[in-house]
Amino acid sequence: MRDALGVGVAVGLSGFAFGVTSAGSGLTLLQTCALSLLVFTGASQFALVGALAAGGNPYTAAAGAFFLGVRNAFYGLRLSQLLAVPRVLRPLAAHWVIDETTAVTLPQPTRRSARIGFTVTGLTLYVLWNLTTLVGALGAEALGDTDTWGLDAASPAVFLALLAPMLKSATERVTAGLAVLLVLGLLPVLPAGVPVLVAALAAPVVLFLRGRGESGGTGTAGKVETTNPREGR
Amino acid sequence: MNIWIAIGLTAVGCYLAKLLGLLVPAGVLERPLVQRLAALLPVALLAALTAQQTFGDGQQLAPDARAAGLAAAALALVLRAPFLVVVGAAVVVTAGVRALA
Repeated sequence: MRDALGVGVAVGLSGFAFGVTSAGSGLTLLQTCALSLLVFTGASQFALVGALAAGGNPYTAAAGAFFLGVRNAFYGLRLSQLLAVPRVLRPLAAHWVIDETTAVTLPQPTRRSARIGFTVTGLTLYVLWNLTTLVGALGAEALGDTDTWGLDAASPAVFLALLAPMLKSATERVTAGLAVLLVLGLLPVLPAGVPVLVAALAAPVVLFLRGRGESGGTGTAGKVETTNPREGR
Repeated sequence: MNIWIAIGLTAVGCYLAKLLGLLVPAGVLERPLVQRLAALLPVALLAALTAQQTFGDGQQLAPDARAAGLAAAALALVLRAPFLVVVGAAVVVTAGVRALA
């Protein structure tokens, strides 16, 4: 119950921060709310409005947001075995396959409790995320220049808070470091939005180098870690 | 119009990614290399996005008060503060540094 409350507060705050950030990035109220209603995966939404605010074209901006959303496919894979969603309900259930619903559903002991956990969390967070987005977007208009209030720091802080628990081993840290170097180095020379996509290549590069380093010893990929749902958004 | 194109593409792309996981047979996405890459891709993207939105301004590097705010957020994360405090620290410190400057 405390966990559920914590997740709810975190999602509510992120939704508010997203509404403020999106409005501050120049998106209209309708566009901001459309994103939360239709995309409903926080990191992708923040990435999209950030890329658009930086002057990126819609295709590179959407590509960055899409790559961040790919992790949800792996959540869905693990959820589908547990939930056994009836075929007709799958298109509906898919929209709620996100970090938080996965985190709540996976530890459930039975199919029944997993289904209840998924449905309740999904519905609650969907309503909460969209309401707080609306409040944030409206609030941003009332606040005027959101930068004065330091709200342009909210989006990178959300990313950092999502990233921190992922930095479990040297592989993750090297990948993150390489991605930072790539994006900052390429920012002045490539069109807006592209540096982030190039920096994403740090992931396969590090995996490749690590695989080569280990190929003589322990085997191809070493210890296999599955994608874990992260808390927060 | 450009913004609506971006919204449409993102909505469709992210929805299909979610749906894919529920539809495909388990074996396809469960190869170790695919799993490793899927776990590492968000690490690279989130790190890049954090750096870009902390130090970048459009197409330039323009470090400002945000860097102080993110340092506060990092400190809060090291101290295992809850999400609310992490983001709050970044916002408050950034606003404070701007007000003083």
